[in-house]
Amino acid sequence: MEKNPVTPKLVVIGGSAGSLTVLFQVLPELRPSFPYTLVLVLHRKGGSDSHLVDLLNAKCTAPVIEVEDKEALQIGQIYLAPSDYHLLLEDRATFCLDDDEKIHYSRPSIDVTFESAAHVFGKDTVGILLSGANDDGSEGLARIRAAGGMAIVQDPNSAQMPVMPQVAIDKNHYDYVADIDQIRSYLNQLS
Amino acid sequence: MITDTELTTLLEDIYRQYGYDFIGYSKSSLHRRVQRIFAMDKFPSFAELRYKLLTDDLYVKHFIEELTVNVTEMFRDPHFYKTLREQVIPSLASKPFIRIWHAGCSTGEEIFSVAIMLQEAGLLEKSLIYGTDLNAKVLANVRRGLVPIDQMKKYSENYIASGGPKDFSQYYTAHYGQAILNQKLTEKVITSTHNLVSDSSFNEFDLILCRNVLIYFNKNLQDHVLDLFDKSLSPLGFLALGSKETIRFSGLATYYQQIQPEKIWRKTQ
Ligand SMILES: C[S@@+](CC[C@H](N)C(=O)[O-])C[C@H]1O[C@@H](n2cnc3c(N)ncnc32)[C@H](O)[C@@H]1O
Repeated sequence: MEKNPVTPKLVVIGGSAGSLTVLFQVLPELRPSFPYTLVLVLHRKGGSDSHLVDLLNAKCTAPVIEVEDKEALQIGQIYLAPSDYHLLLEDRATFCLDDDEKIHYSRPSIDVTFESAAHVFGKDTVGILLSGANDDGSEGLARIRAAGGMAIVQDPNSAQMPVMPQVAIDKNHYDYVADIDQIRSYLNQLS
Repeated sequence: MITDTELTTLLEDIYRQYGYDFIGYSKSSLHRRVQRIFAMDKFPSFAELRYKLLTDDLYVKHFIEELTVNVTEMFRDPHFYKTLREQVIPSLASKPFIRIWHAGCSTGEEIFSVAIMLQEAGLLEKSLIYGTDLNAKVLANVRRGLVPIDQMKKYSENYIASGGPKDFSQYYTAHYGQAILNQKLTEKVITSTHNLVSDSSFNEFDLILCRNVLIYFNKNLQDHVLDLFDKSLSPLGFLALGSKETIRFSGLATYYQQIQPEKIWRKTQ
């Protein structure tokens, strides 16, 4: 069997309230077999939305996989952090789950995955922070930047809930502010 | 920030000096925990943390207790407990004696949940429940049957969602900010420290629960532990893992049958 090429780049999108509509405008439009691994960390309500992965699969052409323990990363695929676990990167080839305390009242927490991604993928990490009503994600973006990666926040004017991206902007933990169209074209030209 | 090399150095020190083997644990999770302890205990440098660990036995005890994640809940994933209640427990009923092992039981919330279901099925009297964990501190809590009272509303909802037929509040009494489980529920529980990495099988069980422990281990260590469970299960015994854990990639998969979609498997030979 042919081995998967080692994931060259990791893109992590963190979203909370109001982020699903953004994803529905971006993900279905991604070019086929994009050359990186895409991870979604979304604040979810306990186990009550177990159909989220089905919903995303129905809309996206790339396969969307809800991560199980020690799942392997593949390029051109979308991975969803499961509800009630933090999602970590064990190495460039493997995910890892953790059920430690909630951070920012959230598990999964966006900060936790951003930080782990920065640690493992360094400058090959892209973090994108979308709409939300709390302050998760901004510390993680700072870590991604410190590791030489790229930090993008959704333009608060285009967000249903501007708080989460605004916090990152106020703390100056970003490289670019982008609206939904710009996020889509960024992901489509990324190689 | 602790580097990967520093983390490995610490784990090797701890293994060499104290015999606790964390080398097969997932590095990403350990890294978070060590980073947290480092910040919490305000070490000025990695060298000082290392020195403290090599010279202060008491601190090592604290360090190891803080290294493991002990988060737990009663009736966590209610659908899992519903399946236990409806499909696993009834098939244990005809046994003269029921032996259950909770490996990595933490403060006992999972044990209390199963004890409640056994009592409701009229089987608690003939059951023996072993609760083991690496961390001795959490086991003291299991014996006392204590649960934080502010969690009881949530646990009561979980219990109802799992198909619990009774009034949940009859199972505990409030006492200074704690809920104390009825003594009947903990009478059949035996606790002991047991390290899944280095200790061997110690009995034969009809049901082994090991939920949200394997996620902290790398694949090799997971295989080792699954093998230990295989040796400790009776011929038609059940193995229950956490909702994101699986035996799919291990040698066990071929002769265990899953109760879909739950992470419960039954040994078939
Ligand atoms: C996250 S808790 C899970 C508690 C419970 N089973 C649940 O799912 O709610 C993980 C537990 O595994 C224990 N543990 C970690 N490594 C262990 C080992 N090598 N042997 C035995 N227990 C271990 C930890 O001390 C902790 O109490």
